[in-house]
Amino acid sequence: MLAYLVKRLFQAIAVMLAISLIGFAIQDNLGDPLRELVGQSVSEETRQQLRDELGLNDSFFTQYLRFLGNAVQGDLGTSYFFKEPAVDVILKKLPATLELVFGATLIIVGLSVPLGVYTAIKPNHVLAKVIMGASIVGISIPVFLTAILMIYVFSVEYQWLPSYGRGDVVHVFGYWDTNFASLDGWSHILLPSIALASIMLPLFVRLIRAEMMEVLQSEYVKYAKAKGIHPFRIYFVHALKNTLLPVITVGGVQIGTMVAYTILTETVFQWPGMGFMFLEAVNRVDTPLIVAYLIVVGFIFVVTNTIVDLIYGLVNPTVNLARMGA
Amino acid sequence: MSLLSVRDLTVKFAMRDQTVTALDQISFDLGKGERLGIVGESGAGKSITGFSLMNLLSRPGFIDSGSIQFEGEEIAGLPDRKMRSIRGNRMAMIFQDPMVTLNPVLTIGQQMVETLQAHRRLSRADAEQIAIMKLREVYIPSPEERLAQYPHELSGGMRQRIIIAMALLLEPQLIIADEPTTALDVTIQADIMELLLELCTSNMVGLILITHDLGVVSQMTERTLVMYAGRIIEAGKTREIINDPQHPYTQGLINALPQQTLPGHRLKQIPGNMPGLAAIPTGCAFNPRCPYAVDHCRSTRPETVSYASVEVACHEVNRLHNTVLEDESA
Ligand SMILES: Nc1ncnc2c1ncn2[C@@H]1O[C@H](COP(=O)(O)OP(=O)(O)OP(=O)(O)O)[C@@H](O)[C@H]1O
Ligand SMILES: [Mg+2]
Repeated sequence: MLAYLVKRLFQAIAVMLAISLIGFAIQDNLGDPLRELVGQSVSEETRQQLRDELGLNDSFFTQYLRFLGNAVQGDLGTSYFFKEPAVDVILKKLPATLELVFGATLIIVGLSVPLGVYTAIKPNHVLAKVIMGASIVGISIPVFLTAILMIYVFSVEYQWLPSYGRGDVVHVFGYWDTNFASLDGWSHILLPSIALASIMLPLFVRLIRAEMMEVLQSEYVKYAKAKGIHPFRIYFVHALKNTLLPVITVGGVQIGTMVAYTILTETVFQWPGMGFMFLEAVNRVDTPLIVAYLIVVGFIFVVTNTIVDLIYGLVNPTVNLARMGA
Repeated sequence: MSLLSVRDLTVKFAMRDQTVTALDQISFDLGKGERLGIVGESGAGKSITGFSLMNLLSRPGFIDSGSIQFEGEEIAGLPDRKMRSIRGNRMAMIFQDPMVTLNPVLTIGQQMVETLQAHRRLSRADAEQIAIMKLREVYIPSPEERLAQYPHELSGGMRQRIIIAMALLLEPQLIIADEPTTALDVTIQADIMELLLELCTSNMVGLILITHDLGVVSQMTERTLVMYAGRIIEAGKTREIINDPQHPYTQGLINALPQQTLPGHRLKQIPGNMPGLAAIPTGCAFNPRCPYAVDHCRSTRPETVSYASVEVACHEVNRLHNTVLEDESA
């Protein structure tokens, strides 16, 4: 078990190093920090002197090591626009984004399992065909279109739900602002969560359905029938558990990916999260913030993947974590 | 009253462009505690027969006509809810490959307990006690510990013993074993068969043993059905069939046994292959491969007749027998 953890940790570090290298390369090539610091009116000589002082004339590698050293200490530079450490800016926006991802995940998990199982058990039923057809449509409509359509219908036409912002958030644990503690918060997060879930949900329904249908063909399901086990138990104990094992792996990766998908959703709904912030940072060529965003998102991605792998190892009896480390 | 009585059972597969017949008017009986072998080459319809008895044909297979009486009750076409109370309870099945038969994510204990609880009102603790008892009967060492183990932690032989124990959990009247040792290591095949034989005899359980190994059939069973292309072409006491086979196909199977071949000689395989369901020859299905086939065999389907002490479906059985006798006297 420990060996596996260590191995997984090394993999995670390797991925983070690669991401940081990309991040640094972007910073190195995008925008001129001097212009942000001193403006246009400084002579070329002073500029060169400043460059030397700031270490901008050092080799790429030296600069990268310095960047890395700072990054490890949580210093990813200072945002040009906010004049604040980039990490602080992002951490302020993080709760909004994570809550949005969480809301979408709830919708995806809550709906994809019953829908996937149903369409696998009754593949020829009209309702199953409708669900499968709808899932194709769902996959092919872009997120921003779904979002705009929903805003038009639910916010403009019927005015049931607000169309932008987080609404009344409740401050918890001295740090976190949450949408899930007030009715207004719920009403604000509903549409963005649905929009964010709209791409992944159909994918998950189809994935679960395909896995489940395969599992239902297996010998052990046939054997369970031959033992006289009730169909409900066959579906939800024998088949579902085997179905969800591979889905967990794919699903974990997708949830990590969703953090990046929030850029679109947050922009359409003016959701004050880090995706929205990222787009603004790009518009303002706020390089440190852009790089910090990439590194933080990469970090979240690596952490979720590692956790998912560990969960997979724990729930799958045929995976021996102790042996996998070897 | 016999335990099982099958009459004119016909099973078909509704394929996209045609409906093919997988079992063609199969009839046989099984007495209480009797052991019956079903033999034939791959594709003969042996497994389909086993699954039809359990009403477990998977799509697109269906029972087209005929009757299956089990302990006096008609079970062909019984609704699933009623059939479920028979499956695993009064009629149990042992599958071919123990490596894929057990659910990989459930423990042995869970899979045994659920079987008991599907048919009896039992607490988990009581069910586990019964499970342990049955595991002991199949000589599983330290059965208490096995309950907490997952299938992948056990060897193939061990798993098949556990599956045999599971078949016996509810003291069924009939066990259908479909090639229960084919997937196992040769060295333990005989052990498993012996165990099955011992348990069936001591518990008076009827056994339908599906195999393509005539040697196994002769050790394990009292009566034998020989199947070819979805039909029973010879049926009778196992001893008679092994010692004095009437149908050319059965003769071919016996001649192909390794024991029948002198050292250094090739195995005498029957030439040709079992036909697919969509291309079963008219007349006697075996005629293209039969050394004795005459015109009649190619046009008319042979009825089952009693000959010597067996039932056999062959037009030429008379002539055949006489020629063989002449050969021997010559
Ligand atoms: N789901 C299915 N759809 C169509 N045909 C099938 C299906 N299952 C079996 N068959 C056909 O039915 C025939 C009998 O199959 P069965 O499995 O009973 O053979 P078997 O005698 O058990 O052979 P084996 O020794 O290989 O197990 C075969 O020709 C097979 O191709
Ligand atoms: Mg078979």
